[in-house]
Amino acid sequence: MKLELRGITKSFGGLVANDHIDLVVQPGEIRALLGENGAGKTTLMNVLYGLVQPDEGEVLLDDEPVAIHSPRDAIRARIGMVHQHFMLVPVFTVAENVTLGSERVRGLATPAMNLGGLRIPPLGLPSFGLLDRRQARRDVLELSERFGLRIDPDALVEDLPVGVQQRVEIIKALLRDASVLVLDEPTAVLTPGETQDLFRIMRDLRDGGRSIIFISHKLKEVQAIADTITVIRRGKVVGDRPPATSDAELAALMVGRSVQLRVSKEPAVPADVVLDVQDLNVEGERGEHSVRGLTFQVRAGEILGVAGVQGNGQTELCEALMGLRPSTGSVHLDGADLSHASTRTRLRAGIGYVPEDRSEDGLVGEFSVADNLILDVFDRPPYASGIALNLAAIRESATRRVQEYDVRTTSVLTPAGTLSGGNQQKVVVAREMGRDVKLLLVSQPTRGLDVGSIEFVHKRLVAQRDAGAAVLIVSSELDEIYALADRIAVMYEGRIVAFCPPTISEQELGLLMAGGGAAGSADASPEDGSQTPAQEPEQS
Amino acid sequence: MSDQSGAGHSVPPGATATAQDTGPPAPGEPRGRLTGSAIIQAVAEGHSAVITILAVFVALVIGGLLIVASDPVVLRAWDSFGYAPGAAFSATWTSVSSAYSALFEGSIFSPGTISAAFHGGSIAAIFYPLSLTAFEATPLILTGLSVAVAFRAGMFNIGAAGQWIGGALVATWLGYAVHLPIAAHAVVCVIGAFAGGAVIGWIVGEVKARTGAHEVILTIMLNYVMYNLLSFLLSSQSAMQAPGQTNQVAPAIAASAMLPHVGGPPPQAGVGFLIALAAAAALAWLLSRSTVGFQFRTVGASPSAARSAGIRVERVWVLAFLIAGGLAGLSAATIVQGQTQPLTFNSYGTYGFDGITVALLGRARPFGVVIAGLLFGALNGGGTLMEAATGVPADVVDVIKGLIVLLVAAPPLIRLLFRLRRSGGAGPQAVAAKGWSG
Repeated sequence: MKLELRGITKSFGGLVANDHIDLVVQPGEIRALLGENGAGKTTLMNVLYGLVQPDEGEVLLDDEPVAIHSPRDAIRARIGMVHQHFMLVPVFTVAENVTLGSERVRGLATPAMNLGGLRIPPLGLPSFGLLDRRQARRDVLELSERFGLRIDPDALVEDLPVGVQQRVEIIKALLRDASVLVLDEPTAVLTPGETQDLFRIMRDLRDGGRSIIFISHKLKEVQAIADTITVIRRGKVVGDRPPATSDAELAALMVGRSVQLRVSKEPAVPADVVLDVQDLNVEGERGEHSVRGLTFQVRAGEILGVAGVQGNGQTELCEALMGLRPSTGSVHLDGADLSHASTRTRLRAGIGYVPEDRSEDGLVGEFSVADNLILDVFDRPPYASGIALNLAAIRESATRRVQEYDVRTTSVLTPAGTLSGGNQQKVVVAREMGRDVKLLLVSQPTRGLDVGSIEFVHKRLVAQRDAGAAVLIVSSELDEIYALADRIAVMYEGRIVAFCPPTISEQELGLLMAGGGAAGSADASPEDGSQTPAQEPEQS
Repeated sequence: MSDQSGAGHSVPPGATATAQDTGPPAPGEPRGRLTGSAIIQAVAEGHSAVITILAVFVALVIGGLLIVASDPVVLRAWDSFGYAPGAAFSATWTSVSSAYSALFEGSIFSPGTISAAFHGGSIAAIFYPLSLTAFEATPLILTGLSVAVAFRAGMFNIGAAGQWIGGALVATWLGYAVHLPIAAHAVVCVIGAFAGGAVIGWIVGEVKARTGAHEVILTIMLNYVMYNLLSFLLSSQSAMQAPGQTNQVAPAIAASAMLPHVGGPPPQAGVGFLIALAAAAALAWLLSRSTVGFQFRTVGASPSAARSAGIRVERVWVLAFLIAGGLAGLSAATIVQGQTQPLTFNSYGTYGFDGITVALLGRARPFGVVIAGLLFGALNGGGTLMEAATGVPADVVDVIKGLIVLLVAAPPLIRLLFRLRRSGGAGPQAVAAKGWSG
């Protein structure tokens, strides 16, 4: 089906998220939408999926205008969407999830209107009837086979890896006979291997005549999979490019200026051990063993990058290191025992902490930029004397740091929640680097940031290293690990399965992250990783 | 506030979600001045202060309908609307305006007192309505502050009633059982009341911090404990029941423990009102200018961010509830030591729960709570005169109070009624900004 968006304009308040966007996607085409965060990609797709009503413009399918006022209309028009955050019920099986919302029933069904395959119960009551589970299973099996998705319809969704959960979402869309499939940042949660699987599936679907819109801000992926790349900047289409276009050109189009894609840094000069972690064990949210017997060290003047697919214990590791989550084992900072210290003591001992979830843990959105800049030092001079806050000093220091860190804000009194993600992160980074830190613990430092902000944050992190701080970076972005780490620790299922130099190939690293090397080293966690050479991944 | 909305409007057309990026940093920019155009803009965009004022207005209009409905003269006039439509309207106007002017005269200012003063009447009588309003407002301001401080730390204090009783018991006991010189006695009783309330509040905070129990459940249940503890203590001669009494009444407190009154005997505002104002000022300082308040606000806005910043969230809960309880205890002190009746089994009245509405109306800001407390005090004080003078039941006042809170709690309703645009403030922008990311 040919999809055309014509003159789509959408503004929120005074800000124009989409400004007369035109887009034509042919049947059997993979179209990438490339743009920074906040460029308007997601808004555009929300317009297409009926989640947002445009101020102007229209959607055409096979040259016929269609009115899409809700996701239901979109589904009826055979538009499918796989969201960034999956819309699955964890305790349901794949088959149950896939049929959710379009349950097939037999017998006893209440009378219901049938709108394009969707049963709309009368009076807004939930439909009632016997679920036809067998039919649902058959549907899943059939689709799974046809597209090589390899999904067990009886598996509980919560037991499945994210990559497979994503395929469940895709099946959901296919089952509703989607001929235009929108994938919103689908690779954010996948391992490199899973990403390759996804790309294979996308190509199969394309070859079957479906149109696919692939939203991403990752240059490499876009180049690898797209037939055409549409670059969006500040709500406008700035150009269509073939996939062979160079990184530098695409990045410049996205940002509007040329960007240094990888920070230049001198080789590390590691000095004394700053952070010494021995046999750390941490329990996760549900009492599972999230971190198992972790032992590692970080030296002054080096960046240790913890690579791994999200959910392999990295979050719990950071929280345990900050005293936010109970743990066993020992943690020493510069020789001082912090194993049982409170978060406050750890911060005061010289740890700078940039949490993974910036808006939840790093900032208070409704506080001003100035208040956020003192969030963990508010009770120290010069910001406080006794219990009285020194507002003048707070304001003055905020003004200075907003300039130093190039935080784009109208005023230091602006609520931090209204800043863009990149500027929010700059506030957090400015705060944590604004005092003497021995160890900088940074989790997902550039998640959701645009290319320009990534460049800035990376430079600052390297500068901290060069100033003699030990830096521990946790990231699920391979590019980031390669750009920053002097040494890479790979985490898989709560263990560090390997320490490797940053020269390791992406393929090898990917295998390690997927547990490929786990069989050999799972039980023998490395004693002191600092000198351990790259481990050869074993075939799993 | 207008500096925020200004940011939203100064964006050039064609700018996008990252428009905040383009604005040059303008630190130290003066905050919005109260110019004419700023006020108009505030009205047009439905800022919260405007919404509150409109809510009061709408509540008074609906209250007027009730006054009409409760007046048989007006109803009869409407029955004969066909013969004398003018009479129906004038009867309506007379009824509503006389009721509301009685409300006004009873709570703020009565013109009659001025001419009376010229003819040898009491000058103090001019200020009597205001004094009455302040007197009625005093306990409400304090329980309002109690709810507000917990609210700012991210918790609901439904237990101001129980904490009030805690304060009242201590103040009463210190008032009749201890003998001290005149000023010192009153001070000791006030401090005791604060401590009594604070202990009850502290129990809630401590249990929440240690076990994770929800403070709403804890406070509601503790209220029942305190109601019955009060009732029990006042029914036993060996406890706090006044000697020779069979009713649930405590002994009268010593005159030395009474809070001095300014104008005349209660119901006249006195030192209690000054305590309420001082508490509001102290709380305002604490919340906005101290490290303690910074922690309260951080925990209130985002417990997870507070934790990551090394703030001991549990300790903030305990301290916030301790202060909340103390403020409710002060409310009890102004009643126990401010009026002549001794403590009875139902002295706590509705102060605790009115505190919730006052705090809501005052948006949990100390200054706002004072204004809201005065408004409710005026409605309470004036309502009595309104009933006496015009026969309109004082219950109408309760309906008006309820409507105000209802309307304030549902801003979209006011926006809909007055066709206001949505405020360009931080809230919606923040939400929208999240919506665009990616």
